[in-house]
Parts: sequence; structure tokens; C-alpha cells
Amino acid sequence: MADAPAPSFAKASPLRWLVVIIPYLWLVLFFAAPFLIIFKISLSDSAIAMPPYEPVFEGFGKLGDFLSALDFENYQSLVEDSLYLAAYLSSLRIALISTLLLLLIGYPMALAMARAPSTIRPTLMMMVILPFWTSFLIRVYAWIGILKPEGLLTVALQAVGLLAPDQQVEIYRTDYAVFIGIVYSYLPFMVLPLYATLEKLDGTLLEAASDLGCPPWKAFWRITFPLSLPGVIAGAMICFIPITGEFVIPDLLGGPETLMIGRTLWVEFFGNRDWPLASAVAVVLLLALVVPIVIFQNQQQKVG
Amino acid sequence: MAKSLGPVKRKFSPWTDPSATPFIRFENITKRYGDFTAVDNLTLDIYEREFFSLLGPSGCGKTTLMRMLAGFEEPTSGRILLQGKDLSGVPPYRRPTNMMFQSYALFPHMTVEKNIAFGLEQDGLAKPEIKARVEEMLKLVKLEPFAKRKPAQLSGGQRQRVALARSLAKRPKVLLLDEPLGALDRKLREETQFELMDIQHTLGLTFLIVTHDQEEAMTVSDRIAVMDKGVVVQVAAPAEIYEGPNCRYVAEFIGDINILDCAVTENAGVCVHPGHPPLVRLESDGMKIAVEQECPASNGAKVAFAIRPEKVRISLDPPVETDVNTAHGEVWDIGYLGDFSVFLVRLDDGRILRAAQANVSRLVDRPITFGDMVWLTWPLDGGLVLTR
Repeated sequence: MADAPAPSFAKASPLRWLVVIIPYLWLVLFFAAPFLIIFKISLSDSAIAMPPYEPVFEGFGKLGDFLSALDFENYQSLVEDSLYLAAYLSSLRIALISTLLLLLIGYPMALAMARAPSTIRPTLMMMVILPFWTSFLIRVYAWIGILKPEGLLTVALQAVGLLAPDQQVEIYRTDYAVFIGIVYSYLPFMVLPLYATLEKLDGTLLEAASDLGCPPWKAFWRITFPLSLPGVIAGAMICFIPITGEFVIPDLLGGPETLMIGRTLWVEFFGNRDWPLASAVAVVLLLALVVPIVIFQNQQQKVG
Repeated sequence: MAKSLGPVKRKFSPWTDPSATPFIRFENITKRYGDFTAVDNLTLDIYEREFFSLLGPSGCGKTTLMRMLAGFEEPTSGRILLQGKDLSGVPPYRRPTNMMFQSYALFPHMTVEKNIAFGLEQDGLAKPEIKARVEEMLKLVKLEPFAKRKPAQLSGGQRQRVALARSLAKRPKVLLLDEPLGALDRKLREETQFELMDIQHTLGLTFLIVTHDQEEAMTVSDRIAVMDKGVVVQVAAPAEIYEGPNCRYVAEFIGDINILDCAVTENAGVCVHPGHPPLVRLESDGMKIAVEQECPASNGAKVAFAIRPEKVRISLDPPVETDVNTAHGEVWDIGYLGDFSVFLVRLDDGRILRAAQANVSRLVDRPITFGDMVWLTWPLDGGLVLTR
């Protein structure tokens, strides 16, 4: 509680400092430093060279020339060419819809798991985690086999007579296939945090609600759901952020018109070899995701 | 009940009135979980405005019984009637009972105010009405300054009051209290017990409380049902339970008691003192005991003699001209409780009897101490013959 004074770090042993510093060092080394390099490249100009951009840092003697050669040209082209904005918006749209779908499917699953008899819960948990034991790529490729026009889904639907023998399922290489792939791949990331909060929920709260005249369906919205919000937010964040930058699934399952920023970035980087522009795309993507999260976290802390 | 207790004066005793209709009736209730029988063919009547306790050790079925009344469990067989209406199949949210949970079960994401208003909102009451009722409840439990706090920001005692206010807000016909004061410290618990009685009296509600704490049950209740292994062993007012337990189990469960195995030597129904119950003579390993009590046991029957420590007198001097209801032994241990001292006396035959003495004067060194040879005596109406 608040009356117990928190142990102060001023008096803490050096060992304690070490424990704190190591993760921060890690972050500096593998997040901040690469980010700064990318940021620097985004301010450079494309060049047919190795590396494919200029200027290249050549020591502190020419620092003035080096700095003056940097500019925001690439960011300008991001704004000027509507392709990029469209790709960002499309990514956010796909991520948002996918996250909602994941919630709609994942919440009942997590709730059912949390309410299941405690003897079978580990089994259910195992079934959620099981797909991780196979490579992500293989699982996405498997969906190609299912969704392609002459694939398993077509065969199955024809066999039960829902589809005429000359018809085929037209899902592969559309946005639908992308949604199916994303929801399938990210479902465990939504279910696990939800399950963690729902499992901790005190069952007597629902009894109390019922005792006070609240039928179960109302009690869900007044008690269970509000108390599971931390899990909902955690699950939504864990899914929404990587889905926005997702590259593999839209590339393998999506059609030519499936526009996602991860794919655009890949094309700029490897297709056009325009590293500076690709870096600018990456920096904007990062800021677009980090800034709202930081604001949101701040709000959460104020509320709590 | 045994007449030896004398006429019991009580203002409120509907259970003695054969024409009174019970408010709640548990009728041949059995509850099984697999092979385990939690409640076994139990029948019990509770009257309106009664403060009724279910008392027993954990696992005796008292909580199960209460949960069946609240509707969280359905009896395996038998039925529960409330004001004559069968409650079978009625879900908890349609029952006119409210429960105060042992864990309080306050909604952590709602303020104190919202917690109390929750049940009223379910009834679809108008906003101003809810507001007025919440304020009334806050006042009743003296929590007005804390209306906007969340449960996590309250102390244990305050949370307990919120739970009470929330369960009282709907004016339930029956308030169920599941070990309501278990988490409170002793002082606060005693205070709250009296407050509970006050509230029950003011609002005129029927309270059913589940507890394993016999002191609590004695303090608050009009009647206590002592339970063991799914059955009710005795139902009576606190004083009757304490002074006239109907079996060894109740005698030992409630308070401290000495129990001696005896044989009946004379039970002729002869009254020695006019107006008193007849005299029963017993013998316990050479010790002669006489009790004034109506007792069905015939000569030679194996019975138990039970006597509370505070009814045994302890003295350094031998009793005058009698060998009945006396024992001689050595002070083996002393338990100093502040208000009382309990002397464990090892009798000459090796058995141990306990005698309690009120510490009426402020002495650190008491006249009777370890190793003293003492005489124990008790009156004819001090003890009790238990036939089972």
C-alpha cells in the first residue's frame, strides 16, 4: 500500500542498477541505434552505389558537409504521392477490421476456456498454442492450398453440393484471404491475454450480480466485459500493431490490389532499391503506431 | 427443553407459537455432490424478523444450505418455501433474497455509490429514487464521505460496510450473511455485531447468518441451528444452546465444557427441592454426582455428565459434610485470560477437570497456584446429563 515507503534506488546496491541497466542497454543497442540509422538513411538521397544512398558518414572532419547533405525530400515525396497515404490508410483499415474480427472470435473462445472445468483448461490452452509448433510460413502456405480455386475448400464445397462442379471458390488473392490469414495467424495472440484476465475474474462477482437481480446476459456487459478490458486492450495492441506492418500474409494470400504498407516498404527496399524512401516509409509507420500508443498509455495511467 | 432452565422470558419467540407460520421453510432438503452428501434430509423453519444463525464447523453443510436459499445451488431433493411459495427453479436474480458474501464480492470497477446502486438499477427504479436510497444506505453504514471511492481504496472494515449496504439496499425479505465478519479484527467484529443487530431491528428484516464462530452466533442470534455433517443437531435460543445442549456434540462445540462418562445409579423421579426437577444420581469412576434434571435414562444407563468450567467452584478448603458433587485434585495448569482464569485440575484418579474463576480483584499473585491441592464443587443445577 501507499503507506509503506518504496525502497529508494539511491540506497540500492550496484547489482540492482545492473539489473535495471541491462534491458535498457538492450533497447538502446537493438532498437534505438537501428532506428537512428534508418532515420539517417531516410534523410539521405538514393544513389547507384554501395550502399545505395549518399552521403555516407566519413568521419568527423567532414561533419558539416555530411549534415548539409541531409534533407526531408523523401518525406515530401511520401506526402506528394498519394500511393503511400493510400497504403498507410489501407493498412490501418485492414488492421482495424482484423482486430475487431479477432476480438469477436477470440473473446468467446477465451471466455469458454476460462469457464471450462479446471481439469480440461490446460488441454484447451495447449490447443491454442499448438499451431506455434509449426512454422508460420508453412501455415500460411497451407492456407493457399485450402483457398486456391482448385483447392481443398472448393473440393469440399463441391462434394457436399454447395458449389456446382464447374464453380470455384474465389477467395485466394483477395482481401478476404488476407483477413482469413491474419485472423488465423494472430488468434492465439488475442486469446491468450484475454484468457489471462478472464481466468482471474472472481466468480463470486457474477454471483453477487445475479443475487442483486442482474440476469447473466446483463452481468456480462456490466461485470465481465469491463473487468476484462485490460485483456481486451492488451490483445488488441498485440494484434493491431504487427498487423499494420504485416508483409508475409498480404504478399502470399492477397491480390494485386491488396495495398499494405509493409508490402510497399518491401517493394521500395528490394524492388526499387530506394533505401532512403523505404526508410522514410518505415519511420513514418513507426511514428504512426508509437505516438497513439504513448498517448493512450498516458491516458490509461491518468485513469488508473 | 429441560425445565431446569426455568421459564425463559423473551419478547420475540414466534417459534414457540404453534399457530405462527414460518417465513422460510427448508423441507426435507438433501444436497449431494457425487457420493458426498452435503445436506441430509434437513427440515428447518425460520420466522419473520428472526435473526437466525447456522453454526457449525467447515464442511457441515451450512453454506450449501444458504446458497440453496439464494438460488446458487438447487437441492437434490426437497423444497424451500419462502412465505409459502416454492422457490424451486427460481433463478437467483428473481429471488427476494440478498446475500452479503464472505469475500464481500464488491465490483472493483465501480465506486461505492455504484456498487450500492447496482441492485436498485436492476429493478428499474427511477434515478432520483436510486440516489435517495443510496444516500440512505451510506448514512446507515456511516460511509457518506467514501461514496466516490473504489473498493480498492477502502479498508477491510469499510469494504464490509459497503457489502452490507449493497445487500440491504433492495430491502430484501431475507438477508443472507455468509461469514460476514470473518475478515475483521476482534474489536471491529464485536462492534459490527451490535450494529448488525441494530440494523436488523431497525429495518425489521429477517437475517440468516452462516458462521463457524460460536461467540458471534451467540451474540447476534435469536436462534441458532447447530449443524454437523449435513444435519441440524439442535435449534434453540443462544442461552438454551449453551445451558442445555441436547448432546455431546453441541455441548463440546459451543463453549468450553467438562464431560465425564457416567452410569445412572438412581433416577426415581423424586423431587428433593419442591418446584425443582427430580434428582438424578450418577456415578463416574467412584465420583458421586447428583443433578436436578428431567431425564429419561433408567438405572444403569451409560450417560455423560457435562459441566461448564465457570459452574465449577474451586477452593483450597474441603466442602462441608458432603461427598456428592465434589472432587479433589492438584492444580496442573492455569490459563490466565484476564477476565477469567481457567484452572486445569488433575483429579486424584488422573482425570482432568477445568474450573473457571472470575478474576474479581486486581491481584497478580492469585491465592490458588500451580501444584496446590484443591477441592472442586458444583451445585445440583450446575451440570447436565447427556444421553447422547
